[in-house]
Amino acid sequence: MKITLHVWRQKDRNAQGKLVRYECPNVSEHMSFLEMLDVLNEDLTTKGEDPVAFEHDCREGICGSCGIVINGVAHGPMPGTTVCQLHMRHFKDGDELYLEPWRAKAFPVMKDLIVDRGAFDRIIAAGGYISVPAGSAPDGNAIPVPKEDSDRAMDAAQCIGCGACVAACPNASASLFTSAKISHLGLLPQGQPERYERALNMVQQMTIEEFGACGNIGECEAVCPKRISIENIARMHRDYMNGAFSARPNAEAGSAG
Amino acid sequence: MSVGSAAQPAAGAKAAGDGSRLFLFYNSPVGKKAVMAVTGLVGFGFVIGHMLGNLQIFLGPEVMNAYGMKLHETPPLLYGARTVLLGAVALHIIAALQLIKMNSDARPTKYAKVSPVTSSYASRTMWWSGPILGFFIVYHLLHFTSGAAHPNFTYQDAARHIPAPYENVVAGFSNPLVSLFYIIAMILLMLHINHGAWSLFQSLGLNHPRYTPLIRTVARTASYALLIGNCAIPLAVLAGVVK
Amino acid sequence: MKLESRIPSGPIEKKWDNCRFDMKLVNPANKRKYSVIVVGTGLAGGAAAATLGELGYNVLCFSHHDSPRRAHSIAAQGGINAAKNYCNDGDSIYRLFYDTVKGGDFRAREANVYRLAQISVGIIDQCVAQGVPFAREYGGTLSNRSFGGAQVSRTFYARGQTGQQLLLGAYQALERQIDAGSVKMFTRREMLDLIVIDGVARGIVTRDMGTGKLEVTIADAVVLGTGGYGNVFYLSTNAKNSNATAIWRAYKRGAAFGNPCFTQIHPTCIPVSGDYQSKLTLMSESLRNDGRIWVPLKKGDARAADQIPEAERDYFLERRYPSFGNLVPRDVASRNAKMVCDEGRGVGPGGYGVYLDFADSIRRLGASTIRERYGNLFEMYDRITGEDPYSVPMRIYPAVHYTMGGLWVDYRLQSTIPGLFVIGEANFSDHGANRLGASALMQGLADGYFVLPYTIGDYLANTKLAKADESHVAAREALGNVENLTKKMLGIRGKRTVDSFHKELGKYMWEYCGMARTDKGLQFAMGKIAELREEYWKNVNILGSNEEINQSLERAGRVADFIELGELMCRDALERRESCGGHFREEWQTPEGEAQRDDENFSHAAAWLYQGDGKTPERLVEPLEFEYVHPSQRSYK
Ligand SMILES: Cc1cc2nc3c(=O)[nH]c(=O)nc-3n(C[C@H](O)[C@H](O)[C@H](O)COP(=O)(O)OP(=O)(O)OC[C@H]3O[C@@H](n4cnc5c(N)ncnc54)[C@H](O)[C@@H]3O)c2cc1C
Ligand code: HEM
Ligand code: SF4
Ligand code: FES
Repeated sequence: MKITLHVWRQKDRNAQGKLVRYECPNVSEHMSFLEMLDVLNEDLTTKGEDPVAFEHDCREGICGSCGIVINGVAHGPMPGTTVCQLHMRHFKDGDELYLEPWRAKAFPVMKDLIVDRGAFDRIIAAGGYISVPAGSAPDGNAIPVPKEDSDRAMDAAQCIGCGACVAACPNASASLFTSAKISHLGLLPQGQPERYERALNMVQQMTIEEFGACGNIGECEAVCPKRISIENIARMHRDYMNGAFSARPNAEAGSAG
Repeated sequence: MSVGSAAQPAAGAKAAGDGSRLFLFYNSPVGKKAVMAVTGLVGFGFVIGHMLGNLQIFLGPEVMNAYGMKLHETPPLLYGARTVLLGAVALHIIAALQLIKMNSDARPTKYAKVSPVTSSYASRTMWWSGPILGFFIVYHLLHFTSGAAHPNFTYQDAARHIPAPYENVVAGFSNPLVSLFYIIAMILLMLHINHGAWSLFQSLGLNHPRYTPLIRTVARTASYALLIGNCAIPLAVLAGVVK
Repeated sequence: MKLESRIPSGPIEKKWDNCRFDMKLVNPANKRKYSVIVVGTGLAGGAAAATLGELGYNVLCFSHHDSPRRAHSIAAQGGINAAKNYCNDGDSIYRLFYDTVKGGDFRAREANVYRLAQISVGIIDQCVAQGVPFAREYGGTLSNRSFGGAQVSRTFYARGQTGQQLLLGAYQALERQIDAGSVKMFTRREMLDLIVIDGVARGIVTRDMGTGKLEVTIADAVVLGTGGYGNVFYLSTNAKNSNATAIWRAYKRGAAFGNPCFTQIHPTCIPVSGDYQSKLTLMSESLRNDGRIWVPLKKGDARAADQIPEAERDYFLERRYPSFGNLVPRDVASRNAKMVCDEGRGVGPGGYGVYLDFADSIRRLGASTIRERYGNLFEMYDRITGEDPYSVPMRIYPAVHYTMGGLWVDYRLQSTIPGLFVIGEANFSDHGANRLGASALMQGLADGYFVLPYTIGDYLANTKLAKADESHVAAREALGNVENLTKKMLGIRGKRTVDSFHKELGKYMWEYCGMARTDKGLQFAMGKIAELREEYWKNVNILGSNEEINQSLERAGRVADFIELGELMCRDALERRESCGGHFREEWQTPEGEAQRDDENFSHAAAWLYQGDGKTPERLVEPLEFEYVHPSQRSYK
């Protein structure tokens, strides 16, 4: 089949970008979306034109590298599916597709469809961990964890850090991502000692990174490839308020070390 | 050539221990949203009560005016309520303006194509349904409360400056343009509450698979009730049912 | 040069204790003064960097990814082994040790494997404490499942995303150290050379992939945790950016390359669908518990699967291995699938696929049970192929999955270059000629959390290093070397894309150095690869410049290295005149067609030492002794 693409091309961080039109004349329905772009890039290279830069790695929907807004939807039309797992059989011959990078101030475009998602790492660094140096752990079965808690922690822990939630949010909020980690750790007994301080610090970092505010709109969970629920955002708000109002001044000294 | 310089994280602000907690709390979007939610809840409670009070207009001028008189004769209630409401509206507006700015700054370059997947129209339009409601509130106060924007404002007790709500409403809504503006505002209020009345629970950290669907239904129902109840008044005036 | 394995003295269960006791410690106050470069943030590198940071070293950590969390370890599905014996089914450290040595077809170092089994226990504790949400029983205790090559349940898992959860645990620990300032993280940096000063590893040259800037970093020791090189085959289950560049350039600086030809081919992957295919997707081997593998009896049978009557089907694994049936080890299952396809009985487009059929199980257990067990895998299969495995049989075919080979290291994980340590899949150490399921994650974390942090301390405490900085001649030479290479590649402007070379290399490797290897085939492939290499440096087309994000340039360097590595793999496969584990030489098979080891001549690890471009590398040998597990012929009949 034949697909027409309008791809965001931008040379580097500071350059002006624009949408450029490309024709993909021989697309097989068995191809993945990224394979279609591979073929386009091979053609462009052979013609001496700069290939389209896009991020990808595992192509199995787990590393969180890939991410393209396709016709206004982050990761494209299939729910619960990353771009790399999206296949061309879900498109029709003659379709015209607009490919844009994630757009958020906190995710500056580096080139074409590649954005810098370092802000996510800094949110995790601000508190998205349990402080347990190697060697200091008790036996794995020393603390029983109710299966339901463990399952719910796993639901949240599945986040792949792709940033689609930010891309889809009309406010470019990072709440779904941040809350997924706060929930994952906050639901487990191991995560209790640092629970409220963690929420406080991670939300604070999210603010510093200049993401927007959550409007409880729900676009994030609709595009999230791991179907992370906005219930986690409510939990983040709860833990944050708890942390903000209940922590005592002298209990605040601890930080990572 | 250069020696590697690390992409060091932006100064990792450890919230704990520095500055006032209240400031930090409010500084984050979560804190601002909590303020929005609490003040929005106050507003939500008010608009429901206000509508129920106003629907007494269908019981005739005596009942309606007596209701107005009662409010004015209990100053602690009236001024207490006005203070809380004005305070809430003020906080709601300040936080809203800050959030609107924060959100628009967060996405400097817009998408060429946007196609929402599941979100409601109401949820995506809070940022303008709210501010327009703000203008409406100012007009509404000048119109029916102070009378400054009312062409023939009348009092049931001129000495004590107690207005006659029944006459004022009938006179006010007899102008189709005024009624139209009210109806438009009520549509916006419906939208604002449609999303806002469940969203506030989420903002305050309350979400549970058992109760949230119920809350959403109640919010939606309340928003439609507000639309119907509030619009009934100007429509009744225009139709001559209330005169 | 002689390979010094530095295996500690004493009985096997005391060796690691003895080793740790013998090691010199670095005074805590002095640790800050030592700087260590860690390349890679997978399970191995991430765990090592975090732990070294916790201990107080000054760590400089590099990754070519945009975030440490994206390392390929994230993709591991099945689980991680540990000798916890939580199931009370008779597991022990010794049993895990035994299974791993046997599973590796007696080509691994016993002492290393024993240590791995010992440490496995602490890994689970550590991960649980970090918040890894392992599967649990209703009572709240950890749950286990069984995996290929073992008769006990010792595999811990987090749904189908064990690698993801373990990596996120290490990543979080690493981010905590980054926040504390003990680890400096350099993302989007690709290591392109190793700096060796006075015979010891002292630094690396990296390229900032965002700007193209080449950077020199000097430290007191260098650790590589850069993963496996399965992508030498172009198509593999590895992530697209997995590569061999870091270890290959270290090889060229003098680190010996151990057993390069030992590759694992996983039997249950989704087959290739067209020549645009960019990578292969693994379907967990747990599927073989309920799926039956078959092909049509007749050659070129084009009927749909449900049109082929029972009598005209060949359940070839059940037929040939009545006692293990569909559950034979990975190498055996893979080889048999290839055999039937080579006979022309393969299914699906191109004829390279066999059926994995769940119809019987669905009939017996009901679709809902099958959905409960494999729902997410079926969904993934459906997403990729557009076929519903509940109604039509899956099509699977073997694919390259893991590389047991890697840089040779001694017991302390140090390569033949002092000060260069290699951990995780990048080293050659613990799996011999075949890796058992769920033990790569175990090894990566063992190396990173619990082995390297001790052994590197001993190295630092015992070594007096001269002062050096980025202006040292060796550093300047390495930097110049990278600059020249980059210029040379960009200057070619030939006619073929980087990927077209990579695909061609992959074809030779898969055909001649894949599941079945022969003397003739390997020689032929070496010739072809040499030609390919020559053409590459004349005719590759890389557009753009160095001073920008240039993904073609990134790939070009990696493919150039893969071509050279491919040749070395063929050479190693040629020289290993026996069959063992994943290395199957057709000339050496039992009458039933099984791998035939030659313990007399090949009970050793081979490590190749670079001698200069165009020169044949030297083959060094580390003899393997089996004091505890006695080599025997594997049989699954
Ligand atoms: C699909 C799949 C499923 C698997 N399932 C299992 C399983 O269930 N159980 C199991 O035990 N094993 C499994 N494995 C194997 C296991 O996942 C890997 O062997 C293991 O994760 C490797 O970890 P690592 O830390 O050594 O390397 P990786 O995780 O590959 O990390 C490599 C790191 O090095 C960096 N790097 C590489 N080169 C450079 C360079 N030149 N410059 C800078 N940085 C560089 C990368 O950025 C990355 O951070 C699976 C493998 C695959 C492919
Ligand atoms: C009748 C008066 C009003 C009522 C009852 C009301 C009620 C609410 C409620 C309940 C919410 C949801 C809060 C939350 O999500 O936690 C909300 C949100 C909001 N309101 Fe109002 N509001 C009123 C007037 C206004 C005005 C005057 C403004 C304008 C400045 C405004 C702007 C907003 C905005 C922008 C939001 C969305 C905030 C966000 O999600 O980021 N509202 N309102
Ligand atoms: S919450 Fe979902 S959309 Fe957001 S980063 Fe995680 S996986 Fe991606
Ligand atoms: S490439 Fe890894 S999630 Fe898409």
